[in-house]
Amino acid sequence: MAIRSVLSRRTLSSLKESSSKLLGLRGIQTFTLPDLPYDYSALEPAISGEIMQIHHQKHHQTYVTNYNNALEQLDQAVNKGDASTVVKLHSAIKFNGGGHVNHSIFWKNLAPVNQGGGEPPKGALGGAIDTHFGSLEGLVKKMSAEGAALQGSGWVWLGLDKELKKLVVDTTANQDPLVTKGGSLVPLVGIDVWEHAYYLQYKNVRPDYLKNVWKVINWKYASEVYESECK
Amino acid sequence: SIIKEMAASSAVTADYVLKPPPYSLDALEPFMSRQTLEFHWGKHHRAYVDNLKKQVLGSDLEGKTLDHIILNTYNNGDLLPAFNNAAQAWNHEFFWESMKPGGGGKPSGELLALLERDFTSYEKFYDEFNAAAATQFGAGWAWLAYADNKLKVMKTPNAVNPLVLGSFPLLTIDVWEHAYYLDFQNRRPDYIKTFMNNLVSWEAVSSRLHAAKAASSSSA
Repeated sequence: MAIRSVLSRRTLSSLKESSSKLLGLRGIQTFTLPDLPYDYSALEPAISGEIMQIHHQKHHQTYVTNYNNALEQLDQAVNKGDASTVVKLHSAIKFNGGGHVNHSIFWKNLAPVNQGGGEPPKGALGGAIDTHFGSLEGLVKKMSAEGAALQGSGWVWLGLDKELKKLVVDTTANQDPLVTKGGSLVPLVGIDVWEHAYYLQYKNVRPDYLKNVWKVINWKYASEVYESECK
Repeated sequence: SIIKEMAASSAVTADYVLKPPPYSLDALEPFMSRQTLEFHWGKHHRAYVDNLKKQVLGSDLEGKTLDHIILNTYNNGDLLPAFNNAAQAWNHEFFWESMKPGGGGKPSGELLALLERDFTSYEKFYDEFNAAAATQFGAGWAWLAYADNKLKVMKTPNAVNPLVLGSFPLLTIDVWEHAYYLDFQNRRPDYIKTFMNNLVSWEAVSSRLHAAKAASSSSA
């Protein structure tokens, strides 16, 4: 009785609404835009603050928003047993989920110079790079060339093939994560070569972007991933 | 004779030409900036033409027309090396000619009648063209095309165009990011609306449609 008088009809109905929303979203975790561990302008002059802000707040945010929407639609379709909608959603999930996955890695692949950005990899990863590519310069040359030659939009990657226990350089189209090129591939360093990653600063000269981005590559992070995957 | 041969060879290599747009680089302002045209035509389009020339030199594609190269390097989607430069050279020339200063809006006459026949209304066509351009993921193009006596909207990735898909292109919008990033940054939908409302050359679309109809009736 006391409760009834405290809870108005509006509160009750909105409780009902939000509980049915929760039921609809049961098991579905939604995603949020991760914060950058540095200021937008901290990667200058290699990458401008203007690019970093739009890249993070607009492009990555859009992937997150659209990924969440696709997941919600997927959840509904799965619950209804609507197989053809489930299949139809796969490209939206790959595009937007891939965009979220790839960009989340990318922000960790970058660091301001005063936080170690550009410092060559030491330890196990440094040794592996020398073994597989002759030198860090050799790796950089190869990745820059493949990144420059990529037609359209995509990424160039340094990856670890866990099965074959070797480093590989590969590219993916659009927002395809590296794992789409091989189930045992773990991304260590990814460089975004979509035009939005460099156009406001470097315009059509993608090779200049590729020359400069190495100055802010966070090899410490790549080393951590490499060492934990090699255990 | 030698003169005939020389004339023929210069005629086909004349295909690999960086033709300027049919208006000055600032003529589409404020809808598409001069800066965009300077880079998009002056750097991107120019590079496709220059790189194509280098690429076909000494190969069996040398001296062939642009159309020939495009059709012969598409290879059912398993693209051969020269496809990208050749198709992009073609696509960009087609794009400049798809626009005009003071363009955009609703067409009239025969073109409007056909859009209404095949899309129910201009507004439905507008929405469908918009959606295609907005949802072409990554780099690519959206098109109004003609095939089997019908108009249709298409979207293609990277350098692919309707020629290799058996349709006559009538209108295109470039949705590679370089086409809109300086003016609109990430806001591709705003770019598409601006193109539709302010830039489309329906005269160009009309003359292409006449050519397409003539070509398909002559081969019928």
